[in-house]
Amino acid sequence: MSPLASTAVDLARLQFATTTLYHFLFVPLTLGLGPLVAIMQTLWYRSGDEAWLRLTRFFGTLLLINFAIGVATGLVQEFEFGMNWSVYSKFVGNVFGAPLAIEGLAAFMLESTFLGLWIFGWNRLSPRLHLATLWIAVAGSWLSGYFILVANSWMQHPVGYKIVNGEAQLTSVWALLSNGFALRAYVHTMLAGLIFGSIVMLGVCCWHFLRGHDVDLFRKAAKLALIVAVPVTLLQLVVGNRFGEAVTSAQSMKIAASEAQWNTCEPCGFSLIQFGGFSEDDETPAFSITVPRLLSYMATGSFGGEVQGLNQLQSEEESKYGSGNYMPNVRVVYWSMRVMAFTGVLMFMVAALGAWLYWKKKLEQARWFHRIAILSIAFPYIAASAGWVLTEMGRQPWIVQGLLKTSEANSPSVSTAWIAISLGFFIALYLLLGVVDFVLMRRYARPDRPPTREELPEPAVTF
Amino acid sequence: MDLQILWFVLIAVLWSGYFLLEGFDFGVGMLLPFTPRTESERGAMFESIGPVWDGNEVWLVVAAGATFAAFPAWYATMFSGFYLAFLLILFFLIIRVVSFEWREKGDGEGWRKAWLWANAIGSAGIALIWGIGLANLIHGLPIDSNGDYDGGLVDLFTPYTVFAGLTFVVLFAFHGANYLTLRTSGGLYERVRVAARRLGVPAAAFGAAFLVWTVVVAVDRNDKDVFPVVIPAVLGIAALVLAAALTYADRSGLAFAMTALGTVASVATLFTGLYPRVMVSSTDFANSLDVPGAASAHYTLAVMTVVALVVLPVVLLYQGWSYYVFRARVTGEDVELPEPVASPTGGSPAG
Repeated sequence: MSPLASTAVDLARLQFATTTLYHFLFVPLTLGLGPLVAIMQTLWYRSGDEAWLRLTRFFGTLLLINFAIGVATGLVQEFEFGMNWSVYSKFVGNVFGAPLAIEGLAAFMLESTFLGLWIFGWNRLSPRLHLATLWIAVAGSWLSGYFILVANSWMQHPVGYKIVNGEAQLTSVWALLSNGFALRAYVHTMLAGLIFGSIVMLGVCCWHFLRGHDVDLFRKAAKLALIVAVPVTLLQLVVGNRFGEAVTSAQSMKIAASEAQWNTCEPCGFSLIQFGGFSEDDETPAFSITVPRLLSYMATGSFGGEVQGLNQLQSEEESKYGSGNYMPNVRVVYWSMRVMAFTGVLMFMVAALGAWLYWKKKLEQARWFHRIAILSIAFPYIAASAGWVLTEMGRQPWIVQGLLKTSEANSPSVSTAWIAISLGFFIALYLLLGVVDFVLMRRYARPDRPPTREELPEPAVTF
Repeated sequence: MDLQILWFVLIAVLWSGYFLLEGFDFGVGMLLPFTPRTESERGAMFESIGPVWDGNEVWLVVAAGATFAAFPAWYATMFSGFYLAFLLILFFLIIRVVSFEWREKGDGEGWRKAWLWANAIGSAGIALIWGIGLANLIHGLPIDSNGDYDGGLVDLFTPYTVFAGLTFVVLFAFHGANYLTLRTSGGLYERVRVAARRLGVPAAAFGAAFLVWTVVVAVDRNDKDVFPVVIPAVLGIAALVLAAALTYADRSGLAFAMTALGTVASVATLFTGLYPRVMVSSTDFANSLDVPGAASAHYTLAVMTVVALVVLPVVLLYQGWSYYVFRARVTGEDVELPEPVASPTGGSPAG
């Protein structure tokens, strides 16, 4: 490959990474805050307690500011496959296009229409019907996530296809939709969404405690956030581990790289942290802390299980696919896995600590904890981003595992200059959007926030 | 019916649905800087499409997704070929999407004005580029023997394609004005009515010229006979002329139905003129992408057909219901401006 062509691929990858990671800063909060707001509105509907109505509107406003930018950046994703990855699009369209199209028609349409009904329907629908519109919008967003992960998981673990004339063709839609990899990724991602929702909500509540603002009101919200956060952050550690097992069978190279495991081992220790040991010239780390047998358990479900090493997998792949480098960037994959896992554990600890304080009736007074909880708002963002870096960079050099290489999948008609221009364009635009979004979110989350549309006098309606 | 043809038709239907629905959202957006006089009238204009624009936009998501699934080669060549044009569309789409939610969330007249213009410019820009883009499919693009685009940004601009873009802008502005005559009352309604009358004749003239030109381009550059392309073209011209006339008779509902029909007929003319090709090559006609060459295999199309047949009617039902829920006219009158939000420091109230 010419240097220029490889630059084009690198820039296109960088662009996809930038736009996807950015998009996924907003999506999981929508996925998680949506059901929480729906629960709050349900509590209001059931009990008539005005506090739940106020909380519904408070967190509903945050949900909508966040939703807008998720929608806007989602459009970029759908266009980007064709724009930057036309060879990929032709190769996978038969299989990959279907869940994408179904997502739009069956899920995103539902979410968008019913969210519009919810936003503007406060005084036009009966309370019961109005509540239903929110739950339907939430169901739409969760369904949407399923189809997107079916599409993504097919790139990680292709199923239900055959190759005809150099293109993948679907042979079983059932296999595609019930891909075990997709189902595990789905549970993992939806739990991540709930973690986003509950940790962000807890942080916002603690901000109000810290300022002594509306403490009674936000105690209710904090309790709800903790009821969700504690089990979900714990469950995520278990599910994440199970998901790891699925990855082991589908993408052995990814697991080996995420552990910087150069040679096959049995049983294998889990490297908690290490310095060095990330390249073929330097396979043994200068320093490391290892938990014996833990990797065997995490990767295979048994404490004595065998985990294949990078070197063995490399020669295996070479005999299967011809000469070439089949290892992802070990350093990046190793650290992204750890950043994800460690922040995951941290979030569980924060949630558990909050629950303990709540139980001791000290939550509203523990100012040190308020500060921790506010800082913890960053954790789900860090963990999810690291998770996607692990998932996508761990799959390299493949764009579709075992079928198509990333280096051969970009658009031949798109010049390096164009990709550079569009990359610069997206970075500039997204930075601007990010700043505005942050300012608005902060403004509407803060204790002295301005009133929202619903609290202002309604425009008159004439029939 | 052959599934490949069915999906070609369904793609045309999805684009029609997108332009029929989002077309009037664009029109409302384009009229935002001109028609309303007061802040509450501006708010009313936003509210007239506030609940529905997002659902309308999903038709684009579905159209693009369905093209990816049913005609991967078409999706791949079109999206990579229109690279810089689509980058512009994304820019307009994004600023327009966020303007709906963000305009009212900030302080100050300048802030609101900026997002109002973002919506207006976004709306016009999207309409313009889609017009140019779709017209290029039939007018022909430099496509090489591998089916890859082999040109630059300038290749997209020809007199016909630019005219098509302008037609989309004027047509949607008129469509939006007709929508607003159904959704507004009071002084805002009076001004919207005038706007619709002013836009009617230009829209009909642009539309008629564009449709005739499209038939000529189809015959000339895509090896088509005048029949049947001329049928939707004539239908479209008749609908738009009628719509212009109806605005003077104050038959708002019918006028809106006619611009809707005119929009659908315009898309139908383009797609009828395009079939059996999906992208004409100007380099060598033999390089053109056609339906059988770009289509997915039978199994994928069959799966998608089942999904579309089951889900599409449900979508139409609930989207229709949402229009019914928000059928009440909005007005900019008789409403006090929301009290200025007192700033936390107790400083001057921001507008």
